[in-house]
Amino acid sequence: MEKKKVVINAEGIDRSLTRIAYEILEKNKGIEDLVLIGIRTGGIYLAQRLQIKIEQIEKARVPMGIVDITLYRDDLLTSNRKPRLGKTDIPFSLDGRKIVLVDDVLFTGRTIRAAMDALIDFGRPKLIQLAVLIDRGHRELPIRADFVGKNLPSSLWEDVSVHLTEKNGVDEVVIEPGQE
Amino acid sequence: MILQKKDILGIKDLPVEEIAIILDTAESFVEVSSREIKKVPTLRGKTIINLFYEASTRTRTSFEIAGKRLSADTINISASTSSVVKGETLIDTAKNLEAMNPDVIVIRHSASGAPHMLARMVRQSVINAGDGSNEHPTQALLDLMTIRAKKGTITGLKVAIVGDIAHSRVARSNIYGLQKMGAQVTVAGPATMMPRDIEGMGVEVRTSLEEAVSGVDVIMMLRIQLERQQQNFFPSLREYAQHYCLSRRHLDLAGPDVLVMHPGPINRGVEIAPEIADGPSSVILEQVTNGVAVRMALLYLLTGGKQ
Repeated sequence: MEKKKVVINAEGIDRSLTRIAYEILEKNKGIEDLVLIGIRTGGIYLAQRLQIKIEQIEKARVPMGIVDITLYRDDLLTSNRKPRLGKTDIPFSLDGRKIVLVDDVLFTGRTIRAAMDALIDFGRPKLIQLAVLIDRGHRELPIRADFVGKNLPSSLWEDVSVHLTEKNGVDEVVIEPGQE
Repeated sequence: MILQKKDILGIKDLPVEEIAIILDTAESFVEVSSREIKKVPTLRGKTIINLFYEASTRTRTSFEIAGKRLSADTINISASTSSVVKGETLIDTAKNLEAMNPDVIVIRHSASGAPHMLARMVRQSVINAGDGSNEHPTQALLDLMTIRAKKGTITGLKVAIVGDIAHSRVARSNIYGLQKMGAQVTVAGPATMMPRDIEGMGVEVRTSLEEAVSGVDVIMMLRIQLERQQQNFFPSLREYAQHYCLSRRHLDLAGPDVLVMHPGPINRGVEIAPEIADGPSSVILEQVTNGVAVRMALLYLLTGGKQ
C-alpha cells in the first residue's frame, strides 16, 4: 500500500504564504479595512503567519480573529461524531470590513459556507475573500478561493493534511491513503 | 469524547471527564450569548419541552433561552396550566409527550426520582431541572463553571455550603460535583437542617457559620425555603438570620478573593446581607449568565448527533 508522501515542505509553505500575502495586498490595494479571520484550527496558524508577513511588508498590523464553525456545520444532526466545540474570538466589528478568511485545506466547501454564515451573524462585512494553502478539489458547493497556495488534485480516498509547527511540530503538507 | 448517557439526571452518576466536557463546551457558549445576534442554527428543527411541575423563573427561562439561542423550538408546560390539574399522571403525560416526538424533555418535579422514572419511560433525552430534595445537576454545573472561570481551577479549593442542607437539591449536587472535581467541602447550618447521613458524603460539618467560612475560597449560600417554614426547622427567620446571615465580618474570616454564591432567589437579609449580595465578592449574576451557557452545552451535547 502507498504510504504517506510529503507534497510541500517547510520552505514551500513559507514561499506560498509570502506570495499569498503579496496577492492579498495587491488585490485589496493595501490594508485599509482589511481583517484576517482564521478558521479553527488549521486556519488560525496560517492567518497568524499571514498577519506577520503583511506587517513585514506594510509596517502595520491588520486585525486578526478566529472563527469556530462547529455550531454552523450542516452535518451536526446527521453525523455520529459530535465535534468538540471551540471558541470564536472576533474582538472587533466586521461591519464594512474586507475579510480574508483563512483555512488550510479547501475540500467540499462546506466548512467555508459554515464560516461565512458565522461571520455574517457578526455583522455586515463589505466583502469576504478566501485564502487557502491547499485546494484539493471535490467541491460540493459553488465556492472558490481567491488566494491558493497550491492546487493539489487528489482522490476522494486520499487524506490531505497540513502539518504546522505550532500544532504538529513540523511544517509540511502530506497526502496519504485514507479510509474507503 | 462525547456524553455517554442519554439523559442528565444527576451529578452523582456523571463521570469527571464528562463534567469537564460539559464545562469546556459551556465556556464556548458564553461567547454566543455576548454577541449582538445571540443565535446559532445548531439545533434547527429540534424540539425541547420544558415540563415544570414546580414554580420556577430562572431555571425555566434559562432552559428556554438556551434552546432558543440554539434555534430549537422550545415549549413550556406548567403543571398548573396542563392536564395535570385534570388528574393526568406523570406517566400518561410522558407517553403523550413522547408521541409528539420531541428531542429533549426538561423536567422539574417536587418528587425525588421523577426525572429518573420519566427517562426510563421515554426514548428522548431527559434533563433533570430539579427533583424534590434529590439533585439539581444543571445548577451544580453552572456553579462549577463559575468557580472554575473565577479561580482557574476547582481542585484544592475549600468550599463552604451554608443553609438547609437536608432539603437542598442544590447542595447535594454541588457536594457530588465539587468533590469529584477535587474541592474540599464543608457544610454548615442548623442541626435540624443537616441530613443524618451527611458525614457519609465525605464533607466536614459545622453548626457555626464563622467556623465554616474560615479560610475558604468559596461560600455557597442556600435559599431558606420559606414554603417549608411551617415545618419548624428553626424558631424564626430572625433567629436564623442572626446565626447564618452572611455579612462583612464573615468575609473577613474567609480567604482572600473569596467568592460568594447563591442559587437564587435570594431572601435578602436572611441568607445574605444586601451589601454582600451586591458587593464585589458576589458572583450571583454571573451564575445566572453561566446557567444559560451550561444549558446550551447540555442541549448541544445531548442532541447534536444521531442517537
